[in-house]
Amino acid sequence: MTDAATLFDLLLAGSVIALAIASLTVRDMFAAIVLFVIFGLLSALAWVRLSAPDVALAEAAIGTGVTGALLLKTLHHLRYVTGKLGEGQARDLTPIATVPAGVIWANAAFCGMITLGLALAFLGAPQAGPGFDSLVAEAMPASGVDHPVTAVLLNFRAYDTLMEVVVLLAAVIAVWQIERGLSDAPAPALGEVWQGFARLTLPAIVVVGTYLLWKGSEAPGGAFQGGAVLAAVGLLLLLSRIYVPRPAHRGLARWAFVLGTGAFAGVALLVSGGGRVAFEYPAQHAYSLILLIEGLVTISIAVTLAALFHGREPVAAPAPEGRNDT
Amino acid sequence: MPDLITFISAALIAAGAVFFIAGTVGLLRFPDTYCRLHALTKADGLGLALIALGIALTASSFGEVFRIALIWFFVAVASATGGHLIATHARRVDRAEGKEGS
Repeated sequence: MTDAATLFDLLLAGSVIALAIASLTVRDMFAAIVLFVIFGLLSALAWVRLSAPDVALAEAAIGTGVTGALLLKTLHHLRYVTGKLGEGQARDLTPIATVPAGVIWANAAFCGMITLGLALAFLGAPQAGPGFDSLVAEAMPASGVDHPVTAVLLNFRAYDTLMEVVVLLAAVIAVWQIERGLSDAPAPALGEVWQGFARLTLPAIVVVGTYLLWKGSEAPGGAFQGGAVLAAVGLLLLLSRIYVPRPAHRGLARWAFVLGTGAFAGVALLVSGGGRVAFEYPAQHAYSLILLIEGLVTISIAVTLAALFHGREPVAAPAPEGRNDT
Repeated sequence: MPDLITFISAALIAAGAVFFIAGTVGLLRFPDTYCRLHALTKADGLGLALIALGIALTASSFGEVFRIALIWFFVAVASATGGHLIATHARRVDRAEGKEGS
């Protein structure tokens, strides 16, 4: 049995590396994206094999699902602005401008340095040591939640998580600034079968996303995973044109973008004082505060990722026909 | 009795794996998009159903069976929708290139 598991792990590791190489070297951009998505799925499986279901969920939902959708949307946009959206010749799209060799080598050097640094850190770490497991286990009663990963992310190392939320906020701000003047590629009409699929899966995705958020306090899950799954609701709504972004919604969207960061930082600062430092939640309210932060951060993540998929600030262009529910 | 259930479960999973292999061979060997989709969506759909059934037989609670059924249902719906979208797109491409839409 152990041999079968080892064989499977070796095959998995080999496939992940092969897919990474193939995704980087293949000429066709669409094929590269598909290979990247498969690479992400197998990476998620690798995380499961490493007994890290939290990372696996994040990899599957964000690294594969949302990133894959963002890449495909970008390809669609590139084909539109280069005039290659015509069905026939759209399949073998080459980059608009070739990337200078210096940039490629600089990127390769940076990636190599990061890999080398990680390898050195890994090899330099104490082998088979106790790690931080005992420290975390000791502090668990004070964390307010029952799942060690959530306790670390939202309590012990909450500052790091706040920075991750800020990164997402910065990304959407940059996109809304840069893309202001670009013309919008029309979304393809996906037909009735797709509409039916969207209607069938929408409620299920809402339930799964909320469940992941709620379950995060005691089991793998949490704000990022739940937010990414809920972002899929936004993607379905945008693709089905059930929801069409309009300029009037910009104010609401901006509030939704900053909601998570604002609430997270606000709570962190408000609990400080009276002998406590920032992020030091009072023990009797820790659970409620963590749930409040996670809930609001989830909303922000979902709206931000959906806005990134839409790709530009909604402007007063003649909007296509569509029902507008919100 | 548990031995019999284990045996049936293993047989169902093996049969499902055979269908997956058949679907993959079809994907690799068939000449055009439509034939490949035909192999992939149908064979893999059946393969997944057999494997899900095989796992459900060994499940310890009704909740597990229900979750396996849900997974099967959503994968089946998603793969059917995906297959339809790919086929529609391939047909449009063929028409744009002036080929005969099959």
